[in-house]
Amino acid sequence: MNHKVKEPFVRITKRDSMPVWRGWLTRLIGLVLALIVCAIVIFAMVKLNPLKVYGAMWQGAFGSTKRIWVTTRDTMMLLCIGIGLASAFKMRFWNIGAEGQILVGGIATAACMIYLGGTMPTWLLLVVMFAVSAVAGAVWGVIPAFFKARFGTNETLFTLMMNYVAIQLTSYFVAKWENPFGSNTVGVINQTTKAGWFPAILNQQYLLNVIIVMALTVIVFVYLRSSKQGYEISVVGESERTARYIGINVRRVIIRTMMISGAICGIAGFIAVSGASHTISTSTAGGRGFTAIIVAWLAKFNTFVMILIAALLVFLEKGAMQIASQYNLNDYASQMITGIILFFILGSEFFINYRLVFRGNALREKGGETV
Amino acid sequence: MEGSVPAIRMRDITKTFGPTVANDRVKLDIYRGEILALLGENGSGKTTLMNMLSGIYFPDAGQIFVEDKEVSIRSPKDAYDLGIGMIHQHFKLVDVLTAAENIILGMTGKGRLDMKAVDDKIREICSLYGFDVDPKQKIYDMSVSQKQTVEIVKVLYRGAEILILDEPTAVLTPQETDKLFSVLRNMRNDGKAIVIITHKLHEVEEISDRVVVLRRGQNVGDVPTKETNAAEMTNMMVGRSVSLNINRPEPKNQKPRLVVENLTVKDIDGVTKLSDVSFTANSGEILGIAGISGCGQRELLEAIAGLQCVESGSVAYINPETEAKIELIGKDPCAISSMGVALSFVPEDRLGMGLVGNMDLTDNMMLRSYRCGNSPFADRKSPNSLAKRVVCELEVNTPGVSTPVRKLSGGNVQKVLVGREISSAPSVLMTAYAVRGLDINSSYTIYDLINRQKEQGVAVIFVGEDLDVLLELCDRILVLCGGKVSGIVDGRSADKRDVGMMMTKLGGEAGK
Amino acid sequence: MTQALSLLQAALVFGTVILFGALGEILTEKSGNLNLGVPGIMYLGGIAGLAGAFWYESAAASPNALLGLLIALACSVAAATLGGLIYSFLTITLRANQNVTGLTLTIFGSGVANLFGGDMNKMAGGVGQISVATTSGAFRDTLPFLNGVGVLSGLGFMVYFAIILAIIASYFLNRTRKGLNLRAVGENPATADAGGVSVTRYKYLATCVGAAVSGLGGLYYVMDYIKGTWANDGGIANLGWLAVALVIFARWKPLQAIWGSYLFGALFWLYFYIPGLTRSSQELFKMLPYIVTIIVLIVVSMRKKRENQPPASLGLPYFREER
Repeated sequence: MNHKVKEPFVRITKRDSMPVWRGWLTRLIGLVLALIVCAIVIFAMVKLNPLKVYGAMWQGAFGSTKRIWVTTRDTMMLLCIGIGLASAFKMRFWNIGAEGQILVGGIATAACMIYLGGTMPTWLLLVVMFAVSAVAGAVWGVIPAFFKARFGTNETLFTLMMNYVAIQLTSYFVAKWENPFGSNTVGVINQTTKAGWFPAILNQQYLLNVIIVMALTVIVFVYLRSSKQGYEISVVGESERTARYIGINVRRVIIRTMMISGAICGIAGFIAVSGASHTISTSTAGGRGFTAIIVAWLAKFNTFVMILIAALLVFLEKGAMQIASQYNLNDYASQMITGIILFFILGSEFFINYRLVFRGNALREKGGETV
Repeated sequence: MEGSVPAIRMRDITKTFGPTVANDRVKLDIYRGEILALLGENGSGKTTLMNMLSGIYFPDAGQIFVEDKEVSIRSPKDAYDLGIGMIHQHFKLVDVLTAAENIILGMTGKGRLDMKAVDDKIREICSLYGFDVDPKQKIYDMSVSQKQTVEIVKVLYRGAEILILDEPTAVLTPQETDKLFSVLRNMRNDGKAIVIITHKLHEVEEISDRVVVLRRGQNVGDVPTKETNAAEMTNMMVGRSVSLNINRPEPKNQKPRLVVENLTVKDIDGVTKLSDVSFTANSGEILGIAGISGCGQRELLEAIAGLQCVESGSVAYINPETEAKIELIGKDPCAISSMGVALSFVPEDRLGMGLVGNMDLTDNMMLRSYRCGNSPFADRKSPNSLAKRVVCELEVNTPGVSTPVRKLSGGNVQKVLVGREISSAPSVLMTAYAVRGLDINSSYTIYDLINRQKEQGVAVIFVGEDLDVLLELCDRILVLCGGKVSGIVDGRSADKRDVGMMMTKLGGEAGK
Repeated sequence: MTQALSLLQAALVFGTVILFGALGEILTEKSGNLNLGVPGIMYLGGIAGLAGAFWYESAAASPNALLGLLIALACSVAAATLGGLIYSFLTITLRANQNVTGLTLTIFGSGVANLFGGDMNKMAGGVGQISVATTSGAFRDTLPFLNGVGVLSGLGFMVYFAIILAIIASYFLNRTRKGLNLRAVGENPATADAGGVSVTRYKYLATCVGAAVSGLGGLYYVMDYIKGTWANDGGIANLGWLAVALVIFARWKPLQAIWGSYLFGALFWLYFYIPGLTRSSQELFKMLPYIVTIIVLIVVSMRKKRENQPPASLGLPYFREER
């Protein structure tokens, strides 16, 4: 034991609050640091001026009208999933199962396109697919919710497992619907008739994606912020005991919310199949169910902030793919860069919520803190 | 004790949490072979001060000397190394481990565990001081007093010379308390230094050799127990000489409002929490509920409010206008309020149950009202004006109605909660430990609010822990003991000692 | 009979990959950290081991198998530990959310591994497939005294290493002082802290050592199952998630994980040995490990037996002065 009093070198204390702009500044610094680290890594690998590389990334994401639309389409997809997760997360229900919910939504959509294509007008088919995919996603979300509500089964692990059940289910249908035979893919569904494809609006192929997702963004924002059910979700999320105390049926809220969460993820599957790829495979979700978790978490369940974060992540992905093809790397560069940037953004949250007090600064800091 | 070197000297210890100063330049000496009582109201900084000795908190300023050497206690491990052991109010035990595993948790020694040697040493300590512990028993199978015993054995096992006990008797029956005190005396005679944190004067008188009083984080008195008395200690605790002097208007127009008959409640593990409880709460009076903590008070209120599964019995609400009886058992809180039962409930756990800490005042007001109307959207306007009204009328100290309630101080949190609960013009108001942790001024604000409700003809059920308060505030007092009704006495004529006896009489038989 | 034997062997090989992953994750979760980055860590362990061996084999004129093996092991452990360290720093020191950090680590790990794996395939030129035959051979050698002993012949030393690790882990958790402390940290960090256990250090160490063990699963997959090559086919990720599932299935007990891992391996390959399955219905059979895990998860939560529950503080951050 040392005999001299020694204050620890650095202590961590919780911040009371931080002005919004400083919060965003902190995140921005995190982002810039991340870009610098990425630049170093990129430089080490391809020995090129990182600025040029970032220029290439910009080109990859926004270099042409087509690219802008593809970037937009993928942003909308990610956003849609994030919106789906927002309500569950607000309830502190860790829905890690978006991947699976998207896939079952996608399967439902593909099934409609295959079996109902040509039997009804496009608009009706779209409505049917929308509904069926939402129901499929909702079912996938309600199963773990039911057990969570009834027995307290750990939802993080349950929803995670449901993903892989859904992936195998997708493989099953891919093998069943395989076209051409032996290819082990479904191929583009209804290539000639385009039945069940999103129609081009104002000559823009992906405008309908944007419209649907933006509508959902607004609806979910209002739902969470102003509706009675949204209020119940926040109460259950903050404290189940308080919820019981004021007579909220917690089980019903958990199941209802996961139904909504799953349904929106199912709709994301519908958009992915009907509005983008026109096919179904195990990579229809492509890890976006996981990435969206990060989107929803970082946006603190605010659906409008999610637009920004989703756009940033998709920009990175597109940009990195561009670098990859330009400099002869493979597509996985984008995953690595995304990972690095997310590490930094996650880390920067700490500096928003906590304050470091260095030795000797404790009392001085206190003076400025009482405000 | 004069002349001997203190085992611990604390000098000018200061600790702040945000804007609250928990300890302000506190000076404290602890001697061997002495039981020191650290006395103070709730929130006076007793526990915080001791937490700095046990390494839970680190002081912002000040010095600590152990055996005349200045030390820095940065972690509980440092504290153990200095021979300081603390038994916290909320036991720090791991449920799924055995007693022995909990006792040796965190100790250094051979890498391989020799549980047999550990068990032997535990038995040795037990026989030395008279404890009764099965080293192989899992904590989740233990009663509260068994858990406390494990905690004490734990610090002794680590060779603690200085033991700090944070309100150790709060959860014990009188027999268990006697046993604990005799063990503490054994340890004192063995030359250990013992600190007991308490706010019960009779305990100070019974067990301690010296008493130190804290008030608002400051040391305001340090005297040998023999040279002081209850009145003087109370004065030191509260700062000025007070007879409580709570206003008690005469009840008017009493009519049965809530009739509880043969209520029996068991918890999830099948332990009987309430057995055969019957009473009537009348309008225009305050019915106090007294009892040692954990004697079924919480279960009683929660059963009435529809939050607790009931084994048998009935709770009938009598509608003030129609005189119709409405059975409440088997209904959830939502169903109860939709039947037009105007029942308000201020629970014990304010931020964990009554309010949502992370939500602002407006959203907390909404908890009761958000269901109103048929619109799918929640009305935020009227809760907002209600919040403003509560802030204004009850003088809640807050930057505004959009501040999260967790940032308010305890008294203000309680004002917000009580304000919301009485805003719905209830005909029955239940409060659990309504003034726990509140300063004197806030406490009186709450008493006034409750009295005003009584005068408006509300049937008030007031669960309290301070007998003096119960005896000055309530018209009738129901005494619970081990989940049974020990008796119902008149608040104006009852004698404090009699009530105290009733609290412990049944418990003596049913406590084990 | 031969069918059963070959299923058993496939189960042992696959089970070993999962077992490494799960053992690491059990250690990690026992400290209260739910690390969903297991697949990412296995990727890191796999690619680093491969890269180390590749670098050594291309540098040395006549590569020594044992040396290659040691280099591969060292690189694998180092990279996986680094992954664990990133996770620990973010969740323990910077208090980032565990689920989100874990998932990010999975994205990062699979990105890094597939990027470099693809790169190395290119660098290897020619057929576009790298191979570290010597080192991989060392991993796949049957133990000398087990040659020709039925199903055991043809299994590399890593299979036994995994079992030994499981036994050590079980002994560590249940019979040692540090193991007891670790369990306490995962159950109730505040209590462990009050008892003098350095929660931060235990969390860091358990997570990093756990990551190193998980990483070995990736290495074994690369060196034994795909014979010292690389494929960007997501095989490791699938097994990584199965490892997470196995932790639940084994109810956080290393010894249960041993047979559980072989059961998972067998369930994974069962479709191959059931006659008359179409290719589509084969896929349904591959769901079995996940469905079994879900059932275990549900049953455990229904029976509420204290010993079978997840560590009580799993997924929650710990901050001593939080108030």
